[in-house]
Amino acid sequence: MKITNIIKKALFALALLPCFMLPLSAFANVGAHLDKAPIDASNHESLQRGARTFVNNCLNCHSANYMRYNRLLEIGLTEKQITDNLLFASDKIGDTMKVAINPADAKKWFGVAPPDLSVEVRARGADWVYSYMRSFYRDDASPTGWSNCVFDPVTCKVSMPHVLYELQGEQTMNHETHHLELSKPGKLSVAEYDILAGDLTNFLAYMAEPAKQQRNHLGWFVLLFLGVLLVLTYKLKKAYWKDIH
Amino acid sequence: MTNKTVLEKNKSVLANVFNCGLAWVDERFPLTSNIKAHLTEYYAPKNFNFWYFFGSLSLLVLVLQIVTGIFLTMHYKPDANLAFASVEYIMRDVPWGWLIRYMHSTGASMFFVVVYLHMFRGIIYGSYRNPRELIWLFGVAIFLCLMGEAFFGYLLPWGQMSYWGAQVIVNLFSAIPFIGPDVSEWLRGDYLVSDATLNRFFAFHVIALPFVLAGLVAAHIIALHEVGSNNPDGIEIKKLKDKKTGIPLDGIPFHPYYSVKDIVGTVVFLMVFSTVVFFAPEMGGYFLEANNFVPANPLVTPAHIAPVWYFTPYYSILRAVPPFPGISMLGIPPSLFPGVVAMGLSVMVFALLPWLDKSPVKSIRYRGTLYKKWLAAFVVSFVVLGYLGTEPSNVWGQFGAWLGNAERATVVARIFMIIYFAFFALMPWYTKKDKTLTVPERVTG
Repeated sequence: MKITNIIKKALFALALLPCFMLPLSAFANVGAHLDKAPIDASNHESLQRGARTFVNNCLNCHSANYMRYNRLLEIGLTEKQITDNLLFASDKIGDTMKVAINPADAKKWFGVAPPDLSVEVRARGADWVYSYMRSFYRDDASPTGWSNCVFDPVTCKVSMPHVLYELQGEQTMNHETHHLELSKPGKLSVAEYDILAGDLTNFLAYMAEPAKQQRNHLGWFVLLFLGVLLVLTYKLKKAYWKDIH
Repeated sequence: MTNKTVLEKNKSVLANVFNCGLAWVDERFPLTSNIKAHLTEYYAPKNFNFWYFFGSLSLLVLVLQIVTGIFLTMHYKPDANLAFASVEYIMRDVPWGWLIRYMHSTGASMFFVVVYLHMFRGIIYGSYRNPRELIWLFGVAIFLCLMGEAFFGYLLPWGQMSYWGAQVIVNLFSAIPFIGPDVSEWLRGDYLVSDATLNRFFAFHVIALPFVLAGLVAAHIIALHEVGSNNPDGIEIKKLKDKKTGIPLDGIPFHPYYSVKDIVGTVVFLMVFSTVVFFAPEMGGYFLEANNFVPANPLVTPAHIAPVWYFTPYYSILRAVPPFPGISMLGIPPSLFPGVVAMGLSVMVFALLPWLDKSPVKSIRYRGTLYKKWLAAFVVSFVVLGYLGTEPSNVWGQFGAWLGNAERATVVARIFMIIYFAFFALMPWYTKKDKTLTVPERVTG
């Protein structure tokens, strides 16, 4: 068989690759409808806003033990901006985002210790986080007064209260249409709150794999190099095989 | 003296030094003779095709795994309290750590991709047949060893899937009658998967199995070079040799011909490999499972525990076999042992191929349609079982009451499991009955 055929076959196999990439039902939240999260790791402003929301609201109970504050230099913040505006829980910029909350206490208060959020997006998916942050609703039957059907599509129970309710306002579940309705407006409009939740998700997605952009960027150069190498090695092979019939 | 003559003189001096050095070594170590025997004077059939890239590619991936593995062990901590964090440390704080880690995790899956294709090549061209039975047996041993290596390695990131996957697999041993529970406890080193288990799996993954693997690979290649390579025509090229030189008429030296050709294959493979590493290291959950980004928690069982894709055909067979109901009168409890036996058989049965195949020809090129139909049915069952193994067994819902409300996916898995085993069990019959074509004397391109 000719090597051109072989290369053709290999390229064909490469083209088939996306077929195998049909995502596994790994984010198995059957039943819950998830909205598409506006993820853009190159949008530094969005990441910075998300970092602010995260540090001010989430980082009181949830840690991000694998994320270092000075990594935020990568998303366009200066060292001074980080120390002045974001460094509440620590005094060294090289520290990771720890929290002071005692896991045993937290378990007593919420029923479960708040999970570390460093790689939460890799476990749940960005769409899940985005939908989750926008799906809390008032529920008098729940111990915290809040429920969320993204967290548990069957019971809608969730341990975390709605931390951002002052911004979003209060939603209630219309049990006939199964849709959430804004019953008490918050400080932000619906559109503004969606942007806030989107920025937060964008930041959590970035934090889950800070090297992702570098990875994608480097990938093109690696493929370009290999493409050139393919031409050269193919010509070398042809030269050697000239006399073999 | 002119410049040219000086240059030539220097060249001949260099050549002399090199030759003297080589002679010195050759008197003490069979260097030249080994290079000849395995590379420059190892005559391989000239008609190797696409399928013949995967042997050298398996070796390439083995080296990649060893080298990236060495660098990972420099930063990884085999400790239940530190393991998960140390992997994230590698992903974030170790320079190029993310690249090394993704190369290793992608390499694990790609190892199985190339090995499965390599095995399939052996099947379609009858490479396991006389006189290559031992090469095949070494190969099956490599495959088993590789499965162990992958299983032990998967526990190390200490995520939920690592933990519960190990729990499920080790528990399979407890289904062995009488000694089972003690065996699984002995394997774990504890009553459940714990720090003790992590430490011993680490030892197996980085020391024990790589040694065995390397030894088996050496044996595989030595045996191959003793009898010579098969080819897509399934013809023994050693039967027709040049009368003067004694070189097979259809043979060409491995180096330089197949070394330059394998480099082209290597580059194409690296393009596929890099595409995964740089653009889709999780492969949509097939190479890195989402649930493994949650730290191991012995108190929370995930809703759906699935092994990584390369184990799923056998896992499907495990689930498809109905459990032994037990005999209450004799005090024999119900047992999953039949499923465990079927799963073990589904892997080990490959070793019997050389003795199951009774066809007068080796290659699929000269076999009849009966064999081709059986082979196609086997490939389809392998893929379907593989897919079903990634999903929960209720993925397709249930049949109605007319079938006792049986799960559709389980029934389908049972049918394909029967085809899977029938491919092997009936092989002596259908390969003998099959109408074969005449095999030519010389290889056909």
